[in-house]
Amino acid sequence: MSTPLAPITLSAEARRYRRQRQLEPIPFLVPGLVLFAIFVLWPLAQGLRVSFYEWSIMPGAEQHFVGWANFRRAFQDPVAWISVKNALLYVIVTVPGQMFFGMLIALGLNQAILARTFWRAVYYLPVLTSWVVVSFIFKYLFNGGGAPINYILKDLLHVLPEYLDWTQDYWTAEVAIISLGIWKGIGWNMVMFLAGLQGIPRELYEAASIDGASRTQSLWRVTLPLMRPVILYVLVLLTIGGFGVFISVVLMTGGGPMNQTQVILSYIYDNGFKYFDFGYGFALATLLSLVILVFNLLQMKIFGRKADY
Amino acid sequence: MQLSRPGRLLLLAIVALSSFFMFAPFLYMVSIALTRYAYSLPFPPRLWPAEPTLENFVQAWTSNNFGIYTLNSLYIAALVVSGVVLVSSMTAYAFARFEFPGKELLFRLLLFSLMVPGMVALIPTFLVMRDLSLLDSRTGLALLMIATGVAGNTFMLRQFFETLPRELEEAVRVDGGGPWTIYRHVVLPLSQPALATAAIFTFLGAWDDYFWARTLITTEVKRTLPVAIRLFQSMHATNYSLVFAASLIAMVPSILFFLFGQKYFIQGLSTTGLKG
Repeated sequence: MSTPLAPITLSAEARRYRRQRQLEPIPFLVPGLVLFAIFVLWPLAQGLRVSFYEWSIMPGAEQHFVGWANFRRAFQDPVAWISVKNALLYVIVTVPGQMFFGMLIALGLNQAILARTFWRAVYYLPVLTSWVVVSFIFKYLFNGGGAPINYILKDLLHVLPEYLDWTQDYWTAEVAIISLGIWKGIGWNMVMFLAGLQGIPRELYEAASIDGASRTQSLWRVTLPLMRPVILYVLVLLTIGGFGVFISVVLMTGGGPMNQTQVILSYIYDNGFKYFDFGYGFALATLLSLVILVFNLLQMKIFGRKADY
Repeated sequence: MQLSRPGRLLLLAIVALSSFFMFAPFLYMVSIALTRYAYSLPFPPRLWPAEPTLENFVQAWTSNNFGIYTLNSLYIAALVVSGVVLVSSMTAYAFARFEFPGKELLFRLLLFSLMVPGMVALIPTFLVMRDLSLLDSRTGLALLMIATGVAGNTFMLRQFFETLPRELEEAVRVDGGGPWTIYRHVVLPLSQPALATAAIFTFLGAWDDYFWARTLITTEVKRTLPVAIRLFQSMHATNYSLVFAASLIAMVPSILFFLFGQKYFIQGLSTTGLKG
């Protein structure tokens, strides 16, 4: 081991052993990489290619190469812009919203309070519930026959002059979609941040308090800086997830009224499976991937060293 | 950094009060599900029905093949969880412990794919599934979800595996054991928290999946729960009680799975490269 050997001096047996060691990872890699290549990488590459085609799903139909036409069309399509605007709005409001509340609750539940596990489970409940189900709950909270939100806001708190038809109007529909997004995500953020908090060594707080740091100072000077990798990780994942908002929009508003609440994925879905305009759907998907990529790279640049992620 | 006793009591009050916002929508759902034939919801809304009844739960469970949809969802989720945990842990082990050409490039490719929401490849994925004759197949759907889970879980598990002590593996080598022995008898047993975390997130994702199941499964008896609930809702648009009872039934397995695994959960997260 300690004497460096030139390859030429290796015995045949040692060479065979070395060869064998080099082949060892292959069986471990093959299943994962094959699945990844077929079901993830290939479709992505395919999507990129077909963005340049006027493309029909019918077998044997002729596919026309149309160059950048699908992309030009996207830039001139008002609904595409609306869907980008809404997805951006969703990301910009729900991502910090979830992180803020998630962090507050994680800080609270990191203390030794009564029935801590129970509270964690309560905050995690929305994460455990499927998007389809929570979308229904929220739809009915805002718009059912009894619309409890209307009741609370008008009859109990008197902040609304009249009952609103929340999902029938652009801004109120966005309020409903976004509050669902924040509500559903808080628990996930809480769990991530709790995990991060538990990784911070206790001694650091002791050292800080010996140095006369107040609680607030410890929070800003010890906790948050040490949580930076977790915060960045959560931020990046939430941004990806936020641009992927889909089910809640489809189930709560269906993209309406008049396409006003469309988001990128619901519009891509409509183009593919309602209008069978696949080439255009692909082009939109490609553009969305680019937007997300740029966003993530920016976030990593601003909030962290690349190695953290 | 722990608070004083009055501080903790105040905190408890705040935590309990704000948890109401998390819980209230479910309470509302339970209350409606327990209300008899709520074609129009009671107004003002009640947090508990005047005459609670379980008949909606019975009706939801016994009608509309609900049992079959539950079995479909369970079958798919079981396949996906075991597939993802097995395949990702193998891939992650290779990345954590071996050198091979193109290793970091491959790993970056996996990471890059995480940045693109799977849904943007919806249509090409649909075509791949069609070409492999996997459309309208529960096992095919599970295979797809295994494949889409590989990247993220490989990333997470690799971080964890790299923290494992190498001495045990060297001991296995000295005793003449190969990589399979190490993987099976050292890496997997030492990684239970991380594997449980991967399993929980994967289960929730598979159980929650609406998008792929809706796109790929067309035969009625092959449907999964989220799709069935969605269609159930369109069928009984005004029977909120029935829809909510069905939804509540569909929540039970995720809650059980979470309670079962939560012992490992936060521990697993805090050791998978997420620590500060």
